[in-house]
Amino acid sequence: MGEVQPILEVTNLKQYFYLKKEKLFGEKQIVRAVDDISFQLYEGETLSIVGESGCGKSTTGRSILRLDEPTDGSISLFGENLLEMTQKQLRVARKDIQIIFQDPYASLNPRRTIRQMLTEAMSIQDVVPKEKQEARMIELMQLVGLQPEYLERYPHEFSGGQRQRIGIARALSVNPKIIICDESVSALDVSIQAQILNLLKKLQKELGLTLLFISHDLSVVRHISDRVIVMYLGKIVEIANKKSLFDTPVHPYTRALFSAIPTVEKGQKRERIILKGDVPSPLNPPSGCRFHTRCPFATEQCKQQEPQLVEVKDGHKTACHYWENFL
Amino acid sequence: MEQQKVLEVKNLKTHFFTKEGVSKAVDGVSFYLNKGETIGVVGESGCGKSMTSLSILNLIPSPPGKIVEGEILLHGKNIVGLPQEELRQIRGKKISMIFQEPMTSLNPVITVGEQIAETIRLHEKLPRKQAWDKAVEMLRIVGIPSPEKRAKQEPYQLSGGMRQRVMIAMALACSPDVLIADEPTTALDVTIQAQILEILKDLQQKMGMSIIFITHDLGVVSEMCDKVAVMYAGQVIEEGATEELFEQPLHPYTRGLIDSLPKLYEEQDELQTIEGSVPSPYKYPVGCRYADRCPFARDLCREAQPELIEMAKGRKVRCYQYSEKWNLQESGEL
Repeated sequence: MGEVQPILEVTNLKQYFYLKKEKLFGEKQIVRAVDDISFQLYEGETLSIVGESGCGKSTTGRSILRLDEPTDGSISLFGENLLEMTQKQLRVARKDIQIIFQDPYASLNPRRTIRQMLTEAMSIQDVVPKEKQEARMIELMQLVGLQPEYLERYPHEFSGGQRQRIGIARALSVNPKIIICDESVSALDVSIQAQILNLLKKLQKELGLTLLFISHDLSVVRHISDRVIVMYLGKIVEIANKKSLFDTPVHPYTRALFSAIPTVEKGQKRERIILKGDVPSPLNPPSGCRFHTRCPFATEQCKQQEPQLVEVKDGHKTACHYWENFL
Repeated sequence: MEQQKVLEVKNLKTHFFTKEGVSKAVDGVSFYLNKGETIGVVGESGCGKSMTSLSILNLIPSPPGKIVEGEILLHGKNIVGLPQEELRQIRGKKISMIFQEPMTSLNPVITVGEQIAETIRLHEKLPRKQAWDKAVEMLRIVGIPSPEKRAKQEPYQLSGGMRQRVMIAMALACSPDVLIADEPTTALDVTIQAQILEILKDLQQKMGMSIIFITHDLGVVSEMCDKVAVMYAGQVIEEGATEELFEQPLHPYTRGLIDSLPKLYEEQDELQTIEGSVPSPYKYPVGCRYADRCPFARDLCREAQPELIEMAKGRKVRCYQYSEKWNLQESGEL
């Protein structure tokens, strides 16, 4: 069997943000939101990125669409580097990658009906000929579980879950290959969240979509993913297929993250690892391993030397000097 | 041994009188809290859990909100309808509250130490210096590193987790009997949430206060609370000891909620969902408020409201399935 080509390949991606100088001759402050990460996304899979606020997961998603201009690295879609494209080429490429955000209230224009929104998306990308747009819209509405009559309504007439369905319909309207879901179910109540998760899974199966799922919620991630990336302060600390990660998390941060989640599932008496302190600022990230300030196992080496991602098992990589102790 | 009831909410009804009509946000809620106990009040958005907690200290926006019925007994004494002056004596001293977003509850231009000291001086007639020292001590107790330095900082200089610690320090400064925690960890990351929950548990043991924990997160409830009240459409629909309630939920809604959570330790192909949506608080159905979404609903459920039935001590459910009528109908006698 030949090597499977990734549909999207992110290589050495860096996204820095430059802050205003505090003093006239002072140094420019740099926020290293995403600092040299690489990963591949394969066709038809769901790859999740988890981590806490400020870890760079959302920034990564935005960088892929060039919603922020990445500082360095390459992002290649079907072998073409998105970062070298002109705006015009980029607009064409965005047809293949769509994004759904967390807050369906903020990402829908309140003055447009659903019909206007869908028509606009389809016309910009020129994917559906005018005479077929009507049929396509009805099909889309049914696909996401909304009644076609709702096409004439405005966003405020819908509930949060319904609005997220509209967001999905709009993303699907241009027949994308990849959908980036940025905390797309985080604002929803659990019963509604379950509906949207089921919908995403169903759509993925039916349409052969590839999902990049960005979330802070590990149980949601477990439900939806094939593979998972764990990020901490702009770096990937662990990447593995779902089963391997949930059965044997290796990195101390991943393990602490797992143990911190309150659950109603009984018989899950785990050792509680309570991390000390706050997440450090990405403005001045700690030297060496960025987790060393909170890691209960940190040594002198961790303070000085940055660990590289190494493969510890089949496809399971982690960035920790002492991974052998945690296997 | 007779347990000491610290707070009891009896048939509380808080309604909002708006242009659109009367919104019955809280519609007959009852529960009580023993000394040192933690009760979790859970439910989805709009179920009335936050309005219940705000009603206890009469902090509902009024108008349009008004407590139209019911009693709130603090150590057996009704505090509904007390004049503002007397309520102010209770707030912060007997009953304190912490909220989801500390940034909106803290004064942004006053140092956190000052803010805590102010609360202390309001209730205990301490001189400035002593109040300040106590404020610093409180910051130390809630686990803020170098509290002397932090006390002199303003809220924006602290992280989200630290700000929530400051809120807890302020709330507990006068050793209240009851702490109402309204989604206190919802805005925090899980590792920070774990720290805050640990601190709350620890302080509860040391200070012996009772906690009302309002949240939508069933996981947090199962780790924090002794007992749980599940709310739906302005009412408590199930109540019981935490472990029992999660192991054997009685109400179809509670079961639905638990089943729709993605599991952390288990593979599932598809998640269970609850069909439909919550009824509008302006116009509840005549019968059971959950009937339209309930897979077991019968005609009986749509005719009149079910009562909260006590199944065993402390175990209650508002559902016809557990009533005499249901069985009679089953056997065809009704």
